[in-house]
Amino acid sequence: MTRYTARNGLSRRTLLKTGVAAAAGTLAAPMVWAQSNIVLRQAGTGVSAFNDIATKVQGDLGITLEMTALDSDSVTQRVATQPDSFDIADIEYWICKKVWPTGNMQAMDTSRIANYDKIAGTFRSGKLTPTSDIAQGTAPHTVGFTSGANGKDFIQEESGWMTLIPTIYNADTLGIRPDLINRPIRNWSELLNPEFKGKASILDISSIGIMDMAMVVESMGEYKYPDKGNMTKAEIDLTLGIFTEAKKNGQFRAFWKSFDESVNLMASGEVVIQSMWSPAITAVRAQGVPCIYQPLEEGYRSWGGGMGLAASLKGAKLDAAYEYINWYLSGWAGGFLMRQGYYSAVPETSKEFMSADEWGFWYEGKKSKGDIVSPQGSKLEGPGAVRDGGSFIERMGAVACWNSVMDQNQYMVRKWNEFIAA
Amino acid sequence: MQKPRVNNALTGWLMVSPLAVVLFIFLVLPIVMIAVVSFWQTTAFSVIPAFQFDNYEFLFGSPVTYTVFVNTFKYAILTWMFTVVIGFTVAYYLAFHIRSLTWQVALFLLCTIPFLTSNIIRMISWIPFLGRNGIANSALISWGVIDQPVEWLLFSDFSVVLAFVHIYTLFMVVPIFNTMMRIDKSLIEAARDGGANGAQILWNVIVPLTKPGIMIGTIFVVTLVMGDFFTVRIMSGSQSANVGRLISNDISLLQYPSASATAIILLITVLIVIGILLRFVNIRKEL
Repeated sequence: MTRYTARNGLSRRTLLKTGVAAAAGTLAAPMVWAQSNIVLRQAGTGVSAFNDIATKVQGDLGITLEMTALDSDSVTQRVATQPDSFDIADIEYWICKKVWPTGNMQAMDTSRIANYDKIAGTFRSGKLTPTSDIAQGTAPHTVGFTSGANGKDFIQEESGWMTLIPTIYNADTLGIRPDLINRPIRNWSELLNPEFKGKASILDISSIGIMDMAMVVESMGEYKYPDKGNMTKAEIDLTLGIFTEAKKNGQFRAFWKSFDESVNLMASGEVVIQSMWSPAITAVRAQGVPCIYQPLEEGYRSWGGGMGLAASLKGAKLDAAYEYINWYLSGWAGGFLMRQGYYSAVPETSKEFMSADEWGFWYEGKKSKGDIVSPQGSKLEGPGAVRDGGSFIERMGAVACWNSVMDQNQYMVRKWNEFIAA
Repeated sequence: MQKPRVNNALTGWLMVSPLAVVLFIFLVLPIVMIAVVSFWQTTAFSVIPAFQFDNYEFLFGSPVTYTVFVNTFKYAILTWMFTVVIGFTVAYYLAFHIRSLTWQVALFLLCTIPFLTSNIIRMISWIPFLGRNGIANSALISWGVIDQPVEWLLFSDFSVVLAFVHIYTLFMVVPIFNTMMRIDKSLIEAARDGGANGAQILWNVIVPLTKPGIMIGTIFVVTLVMGDFFTVRIMSGSQSANVGRLISNDISLLQYPSASATAIILLITVLIVIGILLRFVNIRKEL
């Protein structure tokens, strides 16, 4: 018996279920949801809110997925203040650190997650490979587990209760316009290089932006943080001080807050170097504008996203949510997102849904043999192209820090607000 | 004859009460709520009822607050200057140079056409126009006016004020036009007969009689600009801030008490500004 079927995308769990159901002569599991008209409201950051996924879920499971895409701060606000407005929160791990203690979400029983054992090590032990170091900041595994179904705390080992089921993650770096820069860029410090005065940008989301800033400050040799992910007040002052000065000197053209703003800034040539997200690079390139996700010597700033359940979910809806999450990890969604330039939390299953050439290009860092096409069908690369930064292990192995929520978050937020207003 | 009078009083009260109730629920209560929250305490993700002055202390203790308030006034004053000049000119043309009422109405409606799309679209459409490689810069370069693209066209105070003027000029045109239409034409004839030239008529007759309209337009424009946050964010590329942005940043970072404190101070400031404006002109004449 084949355990995975690439053709129709059934996970081991649904396969077993279907087998049992078929043996019992009753309807297959997905039909149940189709009959009961289950609707799941998913609120999340725009990074993974694709209609293609909703359509596929509707087809495979009969679950209607209503997606709301918001910027990171708005999602945080939504989860913290309007617990009844969503069923599934598709958020990042640093957001989880902020909102988990509110009790608006419930933990997930890992024994109900079919592919739990195949989830990448980064999200379980924190180690990508058994020998790798854990980067600074809010690493996903530090906020990935809690003590029980109603736990409000974080537990540092695999407790069987997950706060978020990891879905996608990536290693972020600076995006550049090679045609307008015309020289190699190797360090984070280039963001504040006066050469790019009025042509640089940074993102206006404090928990992410502060980490980009820390990478720049260290790269400039101004300061070496004992822990970038948990700065003291003095370190926050120092970091934002350097950037406020740069801002006053006109270093930045603009700040961006949403994904599409960053695409427009780069594609229009307003900005030639900026903090960026991987699919934004893809979007710029899809417009025919050269853009590189530049690997830098100091390493990457990484982030991870996952889905959590609203505390109010119960009964059939809760079961449907588990079904959906199992479906998400079973491969089709992972393959879809890998072709956007993200990494799937369960690479093994995603592989089944990608061609060997796609897998080689996106995951293994190999030269493409044919055209590399985006999930929407536009051509991204021709034959012979190599992904910026190389393979999964090369990129995720060079992560220097994770997006973070610090002990001094309150202070940082106020200082950040001052920086934006300065 | 006492009975009908009592009834009159009662009817009067009944007639104002729906509005009073609506205003109380949707205006007074929220403002009271904001004032109350401004004294609360906040932690990373929760807001705790309290009575302390931390939020105000932080607000007045931060030099950024003062810069931001100065910025807010700067935008308000600049926008006001341009809208009043443009608004007055347009209204004057419509009221005194167009003779037929039909044409007046037609041209007036023409002024409102940009309002058929949303504020945001009208504002954002400036971005590709003013950008480094935008239409404005490429046109100027091809005409030989400049060699290098002009940077300050976009993401600058210039673009912010430009967008404000574009969006809010109509708010100046409408009340000024309205007042001008009420000016008795015989006054102008009398001035002409008395030997006044065009400039004298404009300055000594029309402007004084239009003051209430200018004032109403001013109140619209000033309050709208001082309360705005989105235009400033988009058109300055997040590079400059006014008070509205300070509040919206706070809200997006879940700092409700701090946002409330800033909102209260902004409200008081705007009320003071309007109070001062009303000292100059009695707008009741218009109402």
